[in-house]
Amino acid sequence: MTTLPAAPSALELDRRRYRRRQTGRSVAVAAVSTVAFAVVVWLTIVNTPGWARVQSTFFDPAVAARAWPRVFQGLLTNLTVLVFAALGVLLLSILLATLRTLRGPVFFPLRALAAGYTDLFRGMPLIIVLYLVGFGIPGLGFTAERPPAALLGTVALVLVYSAYVSEVFRAGIEAVHPSQRLAARSLGLSHAQTLRLILLPQAVRKVTPALMNDLVAMQKDVGLISVLGAVDAVRAAQIETAASFNFTPYVLAGLLFVLLALPLIRLTDWYTARIRRREQMGAVV
Amino acid sequence: MSDPLLRLTGIRKSFGTAEVLRGIDLDVAEGDVVALIGASGSGKSTLLRVINLLERVDDGQVLLRGEDISDPRVKPDAVRARIGVVFQHFNLFPHLSVLDNVTLASRHVLRRDRAESEARALELLGRIGLAEHARSYPDRLSGGQQQRVAIVRAIATDPDLLLLDEITSALDPELVGDVLALVRDLATAGTTIVMATHEMAFARDVADRVVFLDRGVIAEEGTPDEVFRRPREQRTREFLARFSEPLAGDPLPRQ
Repeated sequence: MTTLPAAPSALELDRRRYRRRQTGRSVAVAAVSTVAFAVVVWLTIVNTPGWARVQSTFFDPAVAARAWPRVFQGLLTNLTVLVFAALGVLLLSILLATLRTLRGPVFFPLRALAAGYTDLFRGMPLIIVLYLVGFGIPGLGFTAERPPAALLGTVALVLVYSAYVSEVFRAGIEAVHPSQRLAARSLGLSHAQTLRLILLPQAVRKVTPALMNDLVAMQKDVGLISVLGAVDAVRAAQIETAASFNFTPYVLAGLLFVLLALPLIRLTDWYTARIRRREQMGAVV
Repeated sequence: MSDPLLRLTGIRKSFGTAEVLRGIDLDVAEGDVVALIGASGSGKSTLLRVINLLERVDDGQVLLRGEDISDPRVKPDAVRARIGVVFQHFNLFPHLSVLDNVTLASRHVLRRDRAESEARALELLGRIGLAEHARSYPDRLSGGQQQRVAIVRAIATDPDLLLLDEITSALDPELVGDVLALVRDLATAGTTIVMATHEMAFARDVADRVVFLDRGVIAEEGTPDEVFRRPREQRTREFLARFSEPLAGDPLPRQ
């Protein structure tokens, strides 16, 4: 009974040709309409009375070239802060989410603490947390010198983003079907083991797209550490702008942030699509 | 002779390297009840999904009343509206009441108005004794009740053809009877049904024709009498033996 897969019939080949043609047509329609829309937008903007002025103030290549070294140097600061903040958020948020899943009256204070923490830091604007941490902690005088602004900014980011991300983790843990917990406990695993070996691995898979989205959001908010005086890309752009009376450095910094975000955004899309494919297992609807 | 209601010719379907259907030809006449039997993985469910265009065939044709519905020029949604499907796990919508589940397609696909749809739904629910649960949500019902609601949902739009995919496999044994009784009523009333099933006794009672699938091909088909009592193929005999053994065979050995 090991027949080779038969060669497709003429009918099937015709269907494939038709589908290919339809796909080609859809792509062509989409491409043409996109280009047409872009051209209309472009012409509208270029023909406004103030365009020449806006162009020289925001899109001056010479100014951009002059600002480049400093802004790029600043972006490296952003990148460093992002990496450390992401790691800090990961650890703190898993801890918070774990505390909130503890059962029993003994753990009430821990649960309440974790709940209070997420309430507080999800409610408080990031910029205010930045000021409180950035100027309040040095004011306490733990250290002789003021800690670097980038470090203080990282701490503030971790405090705020952990509150959000811990809720994402908690939602993921609760989305794992209760029968999984029952099955694990019935095997004799403790609450902690169940969480670590059974629930968290499944929860992480469920919430990875949401986590990556939060990471992209944090990547932009890293720019806010400039308010503490850290010379990141935004601060560098500000300095260059003040020197040249031209806003092009801000646009340059903005574009660099977009370039930084793009790989992550694409990665998120790819991962989400992969999960969807696996769940649908080949069905066409 | 006019076209059969459903005609499959040379249906092929692979998932990756696994060839699940390897050239299936099958005719189903109006009012026929066809039972698909076969081991897990023999392609029963895939075949049903192919008929309903939930899977795209790799080759071959699906003809519904003579119209080639496997043609990419055909709008699949319009075809699916003419075919009712009942799944193994009911797949009722948990956020909708029983009545809303049943009237959903009637209102949003056939665009009948609410009063008309609900009147028809309540009549059907009444016939299976569940009218009083019309406003309940599916999680208040037993598995058997949910499955009967799912059947009513599938026939509420008066489809040309009803596909049943192992509809009793996820039910407790004592709940199977009511569901099968409902299918028997539909069959007697002349509904055209193609069903994948492991209920051999039921297939023998209700089906006009039994089709035994083995590794993606039709190994044997005929009347229930022919297939169950005088199977021609060795494969069919082996498959059926696995079902009859516990009944005819020895009692369990004593400790």
